[in-house]
Order: sequence, then structure tokens, then C-alpha cells
Amino acid sequence: MAESIPTQPSDPHADDHHHEEQSFVSKYLLSTDHKVIGMQYMFTGMAMALIGGFMAYAFRMQLAFPGVEVPLWGVVTPANYTALVTNHGAIMIFWVAMPVLIAAFGNYLIPLMVGCDDMVFPKINRLSYQIFLLSAIVLISSYFVDGGGFGGAWTTYPPLSAKAEYNLTPMGASIFIGAVGLEFVAFLLGGINFITTAMNARAPGMKLYDIPMVIWMIVIASILFMVSVGPLLAGAIMLLFDQQLGTAFYDPNRGGDPVLWQHLFWFFGHPEVYVVLLPAIGITAEIITVFSRKKLFAYRTVLNTAIGTGVLSFCVWAHHQFISGIDPRMAHVFTLTTLLISIPIAEMMFVYIATLYGGAIRLATPMLWALAFIFEFLIGGVTGIFLGASGADIYLHDTYFVLAHFHYTFFPIAIIGTFAGVTYWFPKMFGKMMSDRLGKIHFWGTIIPFNFIFIPLFFLGAGGQHRRIYDFQNFPALAGEGMQDLRILATTSLLVMLGFQLVFFYNFITSLMKGKAAGKNPWKANTLEWTAESPPPHGNWKELPTVYRGPYEYSVPGREKDYWPQDEPN
Amino acid sequence: MIESYLPQASTFAGDIDWLFSMVFWIVGAWFLVCSGVFFWLVFKFRVPNGSQATAEYITGEEKSQKRWVTIPHLLVLFCDVFIIYGAVKVWYDVKQYLPPPDQEIQIIAQQWAWTFVHPGADQKFDTADDIHTVNELRLQEDAVYHYHLSSNDVMHDFSVPVFRLKQDAIPGRVITGWFTPTESGEFDIQCAEICGIGHGLMPARLVVEDAAAHTAWLAERSPVKLAAVTSPVVEN
Repeated sequence: MAESIPTQPSDPHADDHHHEEQSFVSKYLLSTDHKVIGMQYMFTGMAMALIGGFMAYAFRMQLAFPGVEVPLWGVVTPANYTALVTNHGAIMIFWVAMPVLIAAFGNYLIPLMVGCDDMVFPKINRLSYQIFLLSAIVLISSYFVDGGGFGGAWTTYPPLSAKAEYNLTPMGASIFIGAVGLEFVAFLLGGINFITTAMNARAPGMKLYDIPMVIWMIVIASILFMVSVGPLLAGAIMLLFDQQLGTAFYDPNRGGDPVLWQHLFWFFGHPEVYVVLLPAIGITAEIITVFSRKKLFAYRTVLNTAIGTGVLSFCVWAHHQFISGIDPRMAHVFTLTTLLISIPIAEMMFVYIATLYGGAIRLATPMLWALAFIFEFLIGGVTGIFLGASGADIYLHDTYFVLAHFHYTFFPIAIIGTFAGVTYWFPKMFGKMMSDRLGKIHFWGTIIPFNFIFIPLFFLGAGGQHRRIYDFQNFPALAGEGMQDLRILATTSLLVMLGFQLVFFYNFITSLMKGKAAGKNPWKANTLEWTAESPPPHGNWKELPTVYRGPYEYSVPGREKDYWPQDEPN
Repeated sequence: MIESYLPQASTFAGDIDWLFSMVFWIVGAWFLVCSGVFFWLVFKFRVPNGSQATAEYITGEEKSQKRWVTIPHLLVLFCDVFIIYGAVKVWYDVKQYLPPPDQEIQIIAQQWAWTFVHPGADQKFDTADDIHTVNELRLQEDAVYHYHLSSNDVMHDFSVPVFRLKQDAIPGRVITGWFTPTESGEFDIQCAEICGIGHGLMPARLVVEDAAAHTAWLAERSPVKLAAVTSPVVEN
């Protein structure tokens, strides 16, 4: 860590340019190159996605076939079950969606898309990844301590999370909080870099409205994260004190208030949804413009709606607490703000749909993922209205309807958005093309089962099935065969979907080894990353590019080519 | 919609189902229109890979073009007004307004059981004639109940799907709300807030019965009467 202090303050990464003799360790493990760090985040995120996916497999098996011996896990006990759902949620949000969407794409794309040689603070960037990796190891270690992993839901509501006598995981609960805290530190360090690089290191000529949308989205997301995380980090430290030092910040018997945690948590937790949503929206903007050869419809409107969404997202948190005993009059205010958020988000969807009009749409694999993002997120968006309407939330709160709703937002964000980005930038990252045929098999093999997992859960939720319950056979109204059939359908679809991920890994590895050479700009795109070599060398360009126009000048009338790279003088 | 899964067993169940249906039709229509336009555009403007077909150059910045998103946008706002009105009205009736009670009960949640307390003949809690039941709540049909919900340890949530009612129980607080059962029968009570490893093992039964049956049950279960049978001295 001593290295994180620049030895040559005048040029913090002058030493990085002499890298020919780097060993494997210094090149791939201790690199300060934004592209390597981006990949580290991506591969760590994918590995964590496998762990999170495995957890979903284990508890879905228990729900469909209660008491069955789950292959590779064994019988799922109630303690196992709560720990699995808790860690599945936390992993998928904090250790998959965030590292892949913000950190992997942010690190990889920001310098390449704004036209500079690296992040402005490369060593802080490396430190950010190292702390992130540590946080992932700490989290997984909680499964191997006395009492096992924490099982009080990813929302960690006290008093359950605050006292070992209630949660029965004396170490697991604190390790969980510690891991989340470390992860926040990693992303604070990353966020500093993303914002500063995108704002201060732009290529000459790149005005604010010439910045590609995905970069804007990552910047706005980083700002949202950094503004919202402070209260939660403070809250998490108080919770850790309650757990380990016996303080009583959340203990009502000794002057504390357990509902305080809920406010701190959701003040962060709701903007967090948009923290991961915005980068996915940005990735979609890049892909739909390239593959429909169209200018993004109303660039400034998209940017304004993203900022509007970000601001509003700080005013809606208590819709997670409608029935948690807050003053009932507060629900009216939060219903209003929550439904108002439908305005910028709907506008964004309309803009994307309008972008398709008059295009020359090529349905290559990345485009399929981008279009699927729009369609599936639409379902996630409209089902949110039911929950934002306080009166309906009384019934739907904490049911599988909520669960299905947020999986229809988070799955498009974290999984569809990631696959869209990976299949689109793979040629740039590795210099090889992925197989389009295998890509399409993987696409349909993921999208179709995805809908068959979560549509049944909407019905189960509407039928009154609550979340986080280990075995529904104890509830006569929920133990009927029709309900159980829906659970079996969801679990079977999950197995099919997980199976199809093998196609992706096979495609990934074979394309890496013997894919067709990609060349600099296989998609004929405008943004700056496509003017660098594939893969770009350390430093990205021999000579840094100059920018002459916005990123979406496709099919400009009167030009021979239907694209107009940002760095071409005319 | 929800009524096809579960009976409407409280006075406000119908209102909540109505709100759900209203939202369903509004957002369902939006979803159909949006996805219809979306698929239509994708199929109309798709070209084979490698085609030389060119696209139109539309900036979307001119007023005549922006109309295509601003008008739908205003329509969304218009629909939001209805949904907000419905949500606020239903919420007010269920959670904010408190009608005068016919009966009162205490509900006490703990890891992992429900205790229900009827005040007994004197209509006062914490007296000798209180009737305690565990994991079974007996209610009288068509009586307005006030509940006083509390928790002994962690967060729980008193949820009665057939009533469409849900309320968190918070240690250190007593939360008062209301409901009126309208249909006799046996129903599920669930805990809806994760409360530890026994969260899935915290069901309770709800029995709603007519006034005569309920009065008879109360009389039979009265500890004062039981005490009178077993011991001649009744302590108050």
C-alpha cells in the first residue's frame, strides 16, 4: 500500500509507461492500468455471480421440493435457508451488479471513451479493487465461522441483526456488516476516479454534450452512490457497535430506535437501485444507436431525465417502510414522490423506443440484449407502480410480488445489461469476435427461462405468498397444489437458465482462443474506444485523440459512410 | 384479480383489490401499447446483418419530433394522478382513519409465536379475565376491532392476507390499527417480516365466527369462570 503515495507528484503515472518487462503478477494482479482493473472487477463479479446463482439454486430447490437433499448442498435447514437468501441478495447487488456495471465498465470505458490514457488516480484505482476483493473474501468467510453466515435478510433490520441471541450468528452478522462496509469504501475510491476522470481528463474538443451516454450515466451513478452511502456507513458502524460492544443505538429497551436503521438503510438503498440502473441504461444507449445506425433521440432529454431520476431517488426511500410503523400520513408524501419517478423513467423508455424509429436495425447478439433490457425493464417498471401506490402496498408488501418486481428490474440491470456490455465490448477487450450463433442461443436460453422464473412469482405474490419463508407447507392457504406447481415451474426454469450459462462460458473461452480477429472497429461505431487498437495497449493510444462532434452521428445525410467517428476532423 | 386467489374477508379488502385492479388496467394498457410499438418498430425497421440499408437522421431535438415523447409523457402524468388519488384514499381508510371500535385485542409477536389477548368481559386489558390464546386468533364477524400490536424481541409483521392487512410489529412500540372481519371461516395469519431462523415456522390460525358462537367461546374461555370452577376464591 505504500506505493499508493505517488513518488513523482508531477506525473503520477510516468512510471507506468515503462512496462515492457512486467512480470505476470505486476501486470495482472498489481496493475494500475484501468483496463486490467476493469477486467479484474468483471471477472470477480462474474465469479460472485456464480456463487450468488448457486445460492439461488439451493434455496429454490428447497421451495419447489421441500426437504429434498439438494445436489452439491444437502438438505437446506431453516438456518441455511435464511443465510442463503440473505447472501444471495447482498452478493447480487453489492458484489455483482455494482462491480460489473459501475466498476468494470466504468474502469474499462471511461478513459477509452473520453480519450485519455488512464484514470487520473491509477493507484487509488488499484487500491479500490484490492479492497473490493478483500470485501468479497470477507463476505464468503462468514460461511465458515462459528454459527455460519448471517441470515437476517440483506436489509439487516435490527434488532434481529443487532443481537446474537436473536439471529444466532454471533460472528456471521458482524462479518456481513464488515464486508459491506469494505465494499462501500472500495466504491467510494472508485467513484472519485470515475467522476474526476470523466470530467477533467476529456480529450481536447470533447464538450459536455459530446460525452457518450454510458459515461454520463456512470458519473451520475457514482455521484448518487457517494451522496447516499454516507448515512448508511454511519448507520452500519452503529450497528457493528450494537453487535460487538453492546451499545444500544437500535435497541428500543435501552433508548434506541430500530426504525432509525430502516431510514438510513433505504436512504441509501433506493438510490442504489438507480446507481446500478443508470449504467445499464447507458450501455443500452450505446448499443441501440450503433445497431440501428441512428442518432440517440433527444440526447439532452436522456441526460436530464437521468439527473431528474437521480434527484427524485433521494425522496422516495420510505416507500419501503409504508407498513413499518411510520406515521401513516408520511405514506402520502412518499406515494407522490414514488409515482413521480415514473415520469423521468417513462420518458427514458419512450426516448429509447423512439430511437428505433427509422433505424436500420441489425439484430446481432448485443442488440438483442439491449432490446431485451428495454422490454424486460418495462415490466419491472410498470409493476413498481403497484408497490408505490401505498394503498395497494398494504397487501403486496413483503410478498413475492415485490420479489418478482425487483427481479424484473435487477435482472435486466445486472444480467441483461452485463451481457449486452460484454458481448458489445468483447471485441475491444480481447481483440476477437464472439460467436454470434452461440451468443443467440445463450440469449434465448437466458431470456425465456428468466420470464418463466419470475412471472409465476407475480401470481404467487398476488395469491398472498410472503417472502423469506422456508417452507410454505405450514400455511394451509399456500400449500395447495396450484401454488406448489408454480414454485416448481419457477425452480425448473431457473435450472434451465443456469444450464444455458455454460453456453456463454464456452463461447467466451473458445472466442478468446480462436475467435475471428476483430480489428479496431467491428461494429462501425463512433465513440473513441473504437479508434484504439483491439485490445488497446497500456496508454490506449500512441497519440491521444481529438474530438470534433457528438457520439451518435450515424446516418448523417450527405456522407458516404453511415457513421462519423468522434475523432475524424470531417 | 386478487379476489380470485383469496376471499375478501374484511371491509377494506374490496377497496384494496379495487385499487390493485385499477393500477393493473392502467399500467397493463401502457405496457401493451409500449411493447406493441416497440416490437412493431423492431420488426418494421430490422435489416439483415451486413445489409447496406441506411437509417434516417433524426435528432429528436426539434419540437415536432419531441412531441412523440412529450405527449405520452403528459399522459403518464395524467394516469399518475388517478393512481395517486386511489392510493391515498385507500391508504387513508385503512391505515390513517380509525373508526370507533366494538372490540379490542392485543397482538404480541415474539420469536416464533403469536399471542392474542382478548380483554374479557370487563373490556379492559391486564385484568384477571383477559383471555390469552397462542397462534390462534378468534374474532367475531362484522365487529370493528382495534388491534394493539407489539413485539417482545425483533421486528415481526402481522399479516392477514384475506383481510389484505399487514402491519409491522416493532419492539418498544404499540401500534394501533383496525379491521372488521366480514366472512366467517378459518384463514392463515403469516409473519411477513423476517424474524430469524423460525420465520417460516410462525403461522397462526384465524377463526372468524358469528356473534353467538364468539360470545359462547369467550364465555367458555374466560379465566375468571375457569378459576371460579377450580377455586372458590377469585383474586382480582
